[in-house]
Amino acid sequence: MAQSVKTMWNAREALSHRYNGTWSRASRAELLEFEGTPFLINKLVVENLKHRPVRTLLSVLAVGVEVTMMLTLVGLSEGMLEDSARRARGVGADVLVRAPGTSLIGLSSASMNEKLLGFFEQQPHVRYATGTVVYPIGGVNTITGIDLEEFNRISGGFRYQEGGPFRNPDDMIVDEFYARQNKLTVGSTVRLLDRNWRVCGISEPGKLARIVIPRRTLQDLTSTTGKLSSVFLKLDNPANTDKAVAALKQRLPDYPIYSMEELTSLYSVNNVPGLKAFIGVIIGLSIVVGFLVVFLSMYTAVLERTREIGILKALGASPAYVLNMIFRETALLALVGSVLGILLTYGSRWVIETMVPASLIQKIVPGWWPIAAVIAVLGAILGAMYPAWKAARQDAIEALAYE
Amino acid sequence: MNNDIVIRVHDLRKIYRVGEVDVHALRGVDLAVGRGEFLAIVGPSGSGKSTLFHILGGLTPPTSGTVFIHGKDLLAMSESDRTELRKTEVGFVFQKYNLLPTLTASDNIAIARHIAGKDFQEDPKFREVLDLLGISRRLHHKPRALSGGEQQRVAIARAIVNHPSILLADEPTGNLDTENSNVVLGLLRDLNGQLGQTILMITHNPEAAAYAHRTVHMRDGKVVAEPVESR
Repeated sequence: MAQSVKTMWNAREALSHRYNGTWSRASRAELLEFEGTPFLINKLVVENLKHRPVRTLLSVLAVGVEVTMMLTLVGLSEGMLEDSARRARGVGADVLVRAPGTSLIGLSSASMNEKLLGFFEQQPHVRYATGTVVYPIGGVNTITGIDLEEFNRISGGFRYQEGGPFRNPDDMIVDEFYARQNKLTVGSTVRLLDRNWRVCGISEPGKLARIVIPRRTLQDLTSTTGKLSSVFLKLDNPANTDKAVAALKQRLPDYPIYSMEELTSLYSVNNVPGLKAFIGVIIGLSIVVGFLVVFLSMYTAVLERTREIGILKALGASPAYVLNMIFRETALLALVGSVLGILLTYGSRWVIETMVPASLIQKIVPGWWPIAAVIAVLGAILGAMYPAWKAARQDAIEALAYE
Repeated sequence: MNNDIVIRVHDLRKIYRVGEVDVHALRGVDLAVGRGEFLAIVGPSGSGKSTLFHILGGLTPPTSGTVFIHGKDLLAMSESDRTELRKTEVGFVFQKYNLLPTLTASDNIAIARHIAGKDFQEDPKFREVLDLLGISRRLHHKPRALSGGEQQRVAIARAIVNHPSILLADEPTGNLDTENSNVVLGLLRDLNGQLGQTILMITHNPEAAAYAHRTVHMRDGKVVAEPVESR
């Protein structure tokens, strides 16, 4: 009470001073703030968001997850394709031959006759040939059968971190990632294809495959005796690659034949059957999730702020002003969510590298950051359309009477 | 039209549709308010005071009659014209202050300038107003940190920051104790007397009405000659 009386007196005091042309120093300093308020609508938007921190946080998080879903999926697709390309290059071959009717990426049964290896080694510029058999073992994982002697001639052999080459038909070489993910050491037993395998060596990653077993054993187990999935060729000189590929294509017109350079460029999302559509579906779902969360968030925000919107309208705010305010708020949520989503992709990569380094490789894809952010912002704006429209059309009298 | 008349209302009628029933809120109001006048409008609940205010403030269109504010015909106005009217010609002061809770007092005042697109304009007169209102030292506070009287003074500052032709005050002291009521009413009188601000004030309180130059009584949607019991 004493304070209000004092304030009252201050008011009267100030009034009497006005006519003497005197000003209190405090009022002069503070009034400077009124001389520039171009970003006041932004301030209102930020204050509104700060006013409901939990709702803001949840909305930002939802947009963040949406963005992370997109970036992680694209990162995984590109990361795994790059890894496949890297491992194919790691073989040290110059040319890859696949069975007729098969695509570069994607699994197909071994259907190339093993006898072709001799044929390939007689072709111009071809020095060595080695065949592999690839068999899926669930998810995106495969097991690869090789003839170690052939393979070593081309690749120079595995570099073992532990153990060494096959000694028995049921020996298995795994790379460091697979060993780490499955906590394997030399001598460990691995159960795959209904059979126990003994880990004989742990190799450095980046060469052909993560799990390698003797080709003969895999052919017998998968009823593909004498058949191959792919053939890698080492030439006398890499400079002869184009010539050799051209000659081979002439001799074997039905066989997909790639130089390693070509192969690397072909390992892209566009060349994996169905992958682009799958990414599209996931992005679509992400947008729906972001849309719904933002819709709900902004709808409750508009309901809660009915009175405030009424006040703004009474002050002369047009529907466009109210729309502008709601959309700025939405865009800010989506942008902060996008940044969070980008940061979260580093988290998801860390989790993947720690938990399943052999199964999944996630690449950070900065090229997709603006795309994901634009998608998130557009989805959020879409989600805010109805709430914003509702706010803009709010009747000022009803809004001011809202409790 | 007489240049000294800011508000001219003739045979103003307003019919609301509530469900399937027509509610005649105003039944032919006649009123003229001169420039620089401080007018109190008193009347019982349901007498049409607030509806009259909402029409004069451009918040709702009239059904029929003539309403001129500063020479502008409200009946002919579109929704966007009425928005413009609120921005430039009218300032509102409400019983419940209606400050934006997320903004400081200074930003609550500045937002009215922002909406009117006057962000960068120097306004020395406004400095005087803030001193007059005695809130210069409370500008950094948010409404929840201000007393009712302070909030209402901020609301008054916001209402007049764009130099409106008329200030519409709807029960401005309805939520205040006697001391703060007296301060607010005194300030309205000072704004009127010293700045020449035209003020229309709705009130139930005869003591508050006594601050005005003139009192108009309303009953059953009409202006009546004789005073009526306000409660």
